Amino acid sequence: MKPLRTLTLALTALVILCSSAGAEERLKLSTTTSTQDSGLLKVLLPPFEQKHNVKIDVIAVGTGQALKLGEAGDVDVVFVHARKLEDRFVADGFGVNRKDVMYNDFVIIGPKGDPAGIVKAKSAAESLKLIAAKGATFISRGDKSGTHTKEKELWQAAGVEPKGNWYVEAGQGMGPVITMATERQGYTLADRGTYNAFKGAKTDLVILFQGEKGLFNPYGIIAVSPAKHPHVKYDLAMRFVDYVTGPEGLKIIADYKAHGEPVFFIYKK
Amino acid sequence: MDFFSESLQTALGLIAAHDPDVLNAVTVSVVVSIWSTLFAALAGIPAGVALGVADFPGKRVAVTFLNTLMALPTVVVGLFVYSVISRQGPLGGYGLLFTPQAMVIGQTILAVPIMANFTLSTIKGADPRIIPTALTLGAGPFGSVCRLVVELRFGIMAAVIAGFGRVIAEVGIAMMLGGNIRGYTRTMTTAIAMETGKGEFALGLALGLILMSVALIVNLFLNFLQQR
Repeated sequence: MKPLRTLTLALTALVILCSSAGAEERLKLSTTTSTQDSGLLKVLLPPFEQKHNVKIDVIAVGTGQALKLGEAGDVDVVFVHARKLEDRFVADGFGVNRKDVMYNDFVIIGPKGDPAGIVKAKSAAESLKLIAAKGATFISRGDKSGTHTKEKELWQAAGVEPKGNWYVEAGQGMGPVITMATERQGYTLADRGTYNAFKGAKTDLVILFQGEKGLFNPYGIIAVSPAKHPHVKYDLAMRFVDYVTGPEGLKIIADYKAHGEPVFFIYKK
Repeated sequence: MDFFSESLQTALGLIAAHDPDVLNAVTVSVVVSIWSTLFAALAGIPAGVALGVADFPGKRVAVTFLNTLMALPTVVVGLFVYSVISRQGPLGGYGLLFTPQAMVIGQTILAVPIMANFTLSTIKGADPRIIPTALTLGAGPFGSVCRLVVELRFGIMAAVIAGFGRVIAEVGIAMMLGGNIRGYTRTMTTAIAMETGKGEFALGLALGLILMSVALIVNLFLNFLQQR
């Protein structure tokens, strides 16, 4: 039967195609969508991959899920931004050696008209209070990400429990939430890196509140504990951590620009 | 902005430039889908044939069950396989999560009920005299069922095509079990989901157009096999 022979041939080709991949070692990294979507990882990873002949598998999700993947031992290293959750992750014994990497900040963005008048607000908490009082549309990440965690802290500081038609819990990443806020002409809390990537062509929302100390957004990197999960590639993970937090990695981060503007900042030693 | 023409231009540009990311995503999509289709065919077609020709108590229940499985949401399959192959799960030791193999497992589960069901309908609609005739002509019980399958190859191929279409188009399983890892488990559909998330709608739609073209080529090939 001729079709059978064609099929066998095709399958053999497939087997060869599949087995040719995967010669080098793989390191699994769970991280937040902001590090991937900003384009930083595209320049940060290749030098390390080449030097150590390793392939870094990036799983970009929200910070909450990224840490969960570490807790389950499904990844070797996590690179996230939610200091409190990170500290708990280490305290619970899932991660070791948390290290500061870089930071940027959160901004509150909204429609140019600013219906809730938050430009005049003195603090981020006051901005949210004004939005709630006006009942202006606010899109929340609602996905336990680092940004969502920060947003909940701010609502708490504002003494408001966000509830009602105006408060929209999207349950999606930063990009989709900015798109949604643009479509609904609402407010949202965004990290500056993702907002910069959207500014102009993809969103007409503008920054209405920024620059407060409480909106500081630090990123940390943590290797998953080999004591909890003996199968993780701890040595390779630590080498990666040392690379990212060492002079070579930090220089790449500090030099990285999107749309001509720096996205992440490193700590001055 | 003319959204659709921009997408079309982007799609043609990506094809013309042999964009490595796109090529990789196409390869992953096609290879994973073919493996899933193959495994699903090995399980689903015999199951469909068995349900079609055999008579046993509880057969109606089995068929109803199979019909219900057609409605399996991809995220449920993804979640189920996830819980089994995560490091916390019973098969965690193999480190399968976020690999192409994991996607094949999930997509196979998705496609089996579809193929079994299509095969079953083909047999239900077949000439009931095929098996008795084969038996009269001296074929054994197994041989006569084989004869039936050969006679019905057109319909059975349709089952394979339907299964392939389902797996290459799905995104839930690929995203959850593959993890959308660039150059490794990123498929066309997860790439589209990601680009949409980044607000790159034209690029997402362009990838969609490329996916449809690839599906067309695969289907032309399957059709060629079917017509023989």
